[in-house]
Amino acid sequence: MRKFLLAVAAPLLALAFALLVTTVILLLSGHPPLEVYRQMWDYGTQPDSLVLTVNLSTTYYLAAVAVAIGFKMNLFNIGVDGQYRLAALFAAFVGGHVSLPPVLHVGVIILVAMTVGALWAGVAAVLKNRRGVSEVISTIMLNYVATGVIAFLLAPDRFAELIEGSNNIGTKPIPPSAQVPGFDVVSGASSQIYGTIVLAAAVGVGFWWMLNRTRFGFDLKASGLSPTAATASGIDAKRMVLYVMLLSGALAGLIGIPQLLGAAYTYNLDFPAGLGFTGIAIALLGRNSPIGIVFGSLLWAFLDVSRQILDLSGVSKEIVTIMQGVAVLSVVIAYELVRRYRITAQQRDVGRQLAAEAELAEATA
Amino acid sequence: MSEEKSGTKLGLPTPGDVLAPLALQKRTFKLTGPRLAMLVCTLVAVLSFVRIVTGATELDSAGTIAAAIGFAIPIGMAGLGGLWSERSGVVNIGLEGMMILGTWGAGWAGVTYGPWWGLLAGTLFGALGGVVHAVATVTFGVDQIVSGVAINLLGLGVTQYLSALVWPGQPTQSPSIPPIPTFTLPVISDAAKSLSQQGWFFISDVASIVRAITFQVPYTTVIAIALLPITFFILWRTAFGLRLRSCGEAPYAAESLGVNVYLHKYIAVVVSGGLAGFGGAVLATVLSGIYREGQTQGQGFIGLAAMIFGNWRVGGLGAGSLLFGYTQAMQLRSGEAVHALLLVIVIGMVALAAWQLYRRRFVPGAASLVVAGLVFFWYATTDTLPDQVSYVTPYVATLLVLSLASQRLRMPAADGKPYIKGQDH
Repeated sequence: MRKFLLAVAAPLLALAFALLVTTVILLLSGHPPLEVYRQMWDYGTQPDSLVLTVNLSTTYYLAAVAVAIGFKMNLFNIGVDGQYRLAALFAAFVGGHVSLPPVLHVGVIILVAMTVGALWAGVAAVLKNRRGVSEVISTIMLNYVATGVIAFLLAPDRFAELIEGSNNIGTKPIPPSAQVPGFDVVSGASSQIYGTIVLAAAVGVGFWWMLNRTRFGFDLKASGLSPTAATASGIDAKRMVLYVMLLSGALAGLIGIPQLLGAAYTYNLDFPAGLGFTGIAIALLGRNSPIGIVFGSLLWAFLDVSRQILDLSGVSKEIVTIMQGVAVLSVVIAYELVRRYRITAQQRDVGRQLAAEAELAEATA
Repeated sequence: MSEEKSGTKLGLPTPGDVLAPLALQKRTFKLTGPRLAMLVCTLVAVLSFVRIVTGATELDSAGTIAAAIGFAIPIGMAGLGGLWSERSGVVNIGLEGMMILGTWGAGWAGVTYGPWWGLLAGTLFGALGGVVHAVATVTFGVDQIVSGVAINLLGLGVTQYLSALVWPGQPTQSPSIPPIPTFTLPVISDAAKSLSQQGWFFISDVASIVRAITFQVPYTTVIAIALLPITFFILWRTAFGLRLRSCGEAPYAAESLGVNVYLHKYIAVVVSGGLAGFGGAVLATVLSGIYREGQTQGQGFIGLAAMIFGNWRVGGLGAGSLLFGYTQAMQLRSGEAVHALLLVIVIGMVALAAWQLYRRRFVPGAASLVVAGLVFFWYATTDTLPDQVSYVTPYVATLLVLSLASQRLRMPAADGKPYIKGQDH
């Protein structure tokens, strides 16, 4: 019970602290905090906003899982950002240029996305294993290289064409055979929930299954908790780095899929960027757990959607970014404090137990 | 992660580990004054040769060099910030966020009180980001990468929010910041200008460099360049610097000798933020004359790259910043000059191959020759390069250096490891 309470206390405390900081900032800049929160809540709970929140959180969930799988073994894949953008570009390009029967078409697009993401992440894995390059630095660099490669490929005579009636350029639109229909779940909403939410759910279940029910998941957690113990028990550290990095990259490849097959049908200059970093933040918020990330991504998406109303009421909507940043920082601090508290509590318990036993031995003697 | 980074499996030093640095010291190339001068002269000669062969005068014109130095300053300041922090054992990937804070501080105070106050405010804003990083990583022992990512997020959010408060009409940019005064060496710079326009081999190129560093040089450039030797002196020639670096190499050993590790790490991380903030302030005040949202464009990360490129040393980081600044300056120049750079790479690769063959290392020598041939083929069959080539150069160069020279790179031994007082085991 104490274990459960401690696990829940940390994120709640961090969120409360983030809310406190936000409230203070709002007060200092002369806005009534409660009124601002009420507006956000009212707007965020409208049917259309809810659909938007769920759709956005589908993408966020995939991003956070891609990051979390590496974090579980202390492998920092900062490069999810570049991996998903590159994957989405190639997937959109291939998807627009092949004609296949409906389900197969979707499968091919997803396969291309996962392959490209995995290959780009694989570069960092090989550099780490063969040349000892820290994956943090190499993936940061690879993000920028990916930006350069995308800028090079997304040009009219290469992967893209001019979109009629605008200055925007994008890949050839994906035909209806690969457009995933949505669900009408929320009554009264004019928009639909992405069909690809099924994909996110499957990834979540798969992630949970892999972590808790497979040998690979055990090896992964062991490598994260204690690299030396893992090596001593026969886990090949380099193989783990390679596999986890490839898996993380393949999952990163999926991040663009909901947007690509559910709304945009093309990779253009407006394709959302920076989702990899959002994924890092949400993975931290959800503590890399398949269930924690569900809450993390829903919360993040809700904040992102509901802040849109703030522009109308004269409050800068960036207040939400501050809130998110503070939440991430305080949640990791809270986890660290809880971890330390646990260790001292454990030591105290053991000490108490030993003292009781000694007393008992004394009394009987 | 920390175990793997140190390179040793069990963390216990073996006799080989202890002796290896001594053995290395004999073999490593020491960059003395005359050698440095020769290196620079060779580089200028090669550039000059390529300029004459290709006719690409912008390759090393005074304008190009001045722009390269200008772009190198923010990169170098961010890198210097990274150096301070990492030398004390704290990895700082929040440099980008601290730099963003610096650009905003410079924009706000620069518009309101004048450019010098802007630079000061930018530095202080960056230092504030450093304080947050220090509280999270030093006091609470949070993972340093995680804290850095959070600070990048926060830096963006805070500046966007403040912009909307201060400039409600146009929240993505500030009004223009008054310029920083510049200085010009009267006679020398004019003489250098006329010499540099002659197009002579070597002499005109040297004159271009002289012109670039004597004509309308902003005082911030002088300050920034002075900060390099000042940092070197503080970190490598004072007792304080020795203590600070010992926190990055062996914090528990330092603790046992009575060094206040927390204090030194705090100072290092706050200075780191201040330097990154100053870099951001220069970016806003001198390079753009305005604060604009998103104007750092990953310069903080390039600074980090320059520091790694320079092997966690002041001189190397200066050279790395200059190289990366040069690639940025080339982005704005004609495609012809960028194209001519390929020829410079060919000459460099051929020289490297000759050196490797002379040392009887035939396989790497042959590989270098093949690369040289391929690049030459690229040069001969094209007229211009895609714009993106110079954009990705800093990142690719860093990846190459990391992957080809990782055995020679030596980061501080306890870099990235959380330190908790009295928890040595």
